[in-house]
Amino acid sequence: MTIILSLQGVSKRFGGLQALTNVTFDLPQGQILGLIGPNGAGKTTLFNAINGVFPPEEGRIIFRDKDVTRAKPSQHAHLGMARTHQIVQPLNELSVRENVMVGACFGHENQDLSNAAKIADEVLEFVGLAPRANQLAGSLNVAQKKRLEMARALAARPYLLLLDEVLAGLNPSEIDNMVQTVLKIREQGVTIIMIEHVMKAVMNVSDRIIVLDYGQQIAEGSPEAIAKDEKVIEAYLGDPKLAEQLLEEE
Amino acid sequence: MKLWNRHTGILVPLLAVIALTLWPVLTGKPANRETAFTLLKAVALASSLNILLGYTGYVSFGHIVFYGFGGYVGIYLLTERGWSLWMALLAGGVASGILAFLLGSAILRLRGAYFALATIGVNEAMRAFINNFELFGGPTGITLNFSVYKTYGGAAQALQTSFFIGAGLALFALILSYLVRSSKFGLGLLAIRENEDAAEVMGVTAPKAKTWAYVFSAIVPGMVGVLFFFKNGNVEPHDAFPLHASIELLVMVMLGGQGTVFGPILGALAYQGMRGFLVTSPIFKDIQLSVSGVLLLLIVLFIPAGAIGWLRHRMPLFRRVLA
Repeated sequence: MTIILSLQGVSKRFGGLQALTNVTFDLPQGQILGLIGPNGAGKTTLFNAINGVFPPEEGRIIFRDKDVTRAKPSQHAHLGMARTHQIVQPLNELSVRENVMVGACFGHENQDLSNAAKIADEVLEFVGLAPRANQLAGSLNVAQKKRLEMARALAARPYLLLLDEVLAGLNPSEIDNMVQTVLKIREQGVTIIMIEHVMKAVMNVSDRIIVLDYGQQIAEGSPEAIAKDEKVIEAYLGDPKLAEQLLEEE
Repeated sequence: MKLWNRHTGILVPLLAVIALTLWPVLTGKPANRETAFTLLKAVALASSLNILLGYTGYVSFGHIVFYGFGGYVGIYLLTERGWSLWMALLAGGVASGILAFLLGSAILRLRGAYFALATIGVNEAMRAFINNFELFGGPTGITLNFSVYKTYGGAAQALQTSFFIGAGLALFALILSYLVRSSKFGLGLLAIRENEDAAEVMGVTAPKAKTWAYVFSAIVPGMVGVLFFFKNGNVEPHDAFPLHASIELLVMVMLGGQGTVFGPILGALAYQGMRGFLVTSPIFKDIQLSVSGVLLLLIVLFIPAGAIGWLRHRMPLFRRVLA
């Protein structure tokens, strides 16, 4: 089993706030890793550290046998890492197709424009945005913009895909669609780390889950083990009984 | 036919520049030729600025620095070193390109208003520097020896030649603008304009792309500077680095439609046409710059996409033609 990404003692602080403390894990190729934790636990910060937006002060990040701890976001993209943003970042005045072409053109495959257009059309078909290809990205609704984020990341044909709350703000049927899409992406051999608050979804698709709280890894393991972990339930709810009740409601 | 189908976007701008070139040739009047030269110069400068302003989204208030600096380098080589006009033109373009590369590496780290302010600083600093630079004649500048024109068939013939070179430069600026717009490099620039952070996450190497956009937007202004001051007969600091001309260029680009190929051309023609009317009208002749200020305000408030942008938005049918 090849390890595609390895974090060794990654720490990040913003002034007086210790946002990440000694985060360490290995991610085997082809897995889906779920990253959960209460609001402000440092999940998005961990993504930002992994893809170079805010490099960590301590620790090392190894991606496909290269040390990328200090690399810039664009270099991560060139190495085959892609991400979506929690707060969608569409290129508003460009068409949906052009948005996706940017992903294909400047990712690790470095496609030319005509190939990128073909890849964009395939990917848009895959995420269900094909009818909107010629529309301006700014005119999409939130669910569509989330799909666009996903399409742009996929068009780069990444080895590792970081999904930051792609389900947030979607209605139940949109969530089901998106979950199916994530599973199909894994079938293509892409390794995925997903940050998610929708527990049912993340429990269903993840091979393994890491729980962050106040920047620390408080638990790690299979979805079943995590769901029963006392520390996790306490971090989320303070009261194990309430947790069971909520899980039943979902 | 297939080639034209793929490149319909360049058709209208190309026809506009060709028509502008043919107009004085067909009418045969020197006055028309001078008007057309002014228009073509504006087209070349506005199209160049558009690469930075329209495609990359960086507002430069001091773009005229490349026109002045390139002009100075070219005229210096022409008069003091005896270079031919052709070599001087090339040298002016290269000099401005190099200046843009060095400047870009430094100030393109700034974003938004900070970059805009830095560009004003650069223009003023360059003016102050040239003012005290003895090699370039200090405050009095460089005057061309009249005998220079003999090489080009006398003064009258030199004016004629200058006009055709000017048309050539406008055409070059237009083609450069179109090539950038329709290339992968251009797609990267548009991504930077829309959201620089997101573009970097997708793998656009923003610092490099921005610097090259700056260089491409500086080359033609440098060459236009050489040509204009060759035709003018002398170059002085205050003619070479007029801040208000930078702002007029911004108005042209924004009036026609930033980020489109035809927009800056339309804007340049419309603005110069209006300016020509204003400076000759008894009421407006002293306040023509105020009028362009008000115009800029109105554009920003009501049609931020400019005329072509507005049309593209309203009439999707024209999108292929109005690239």
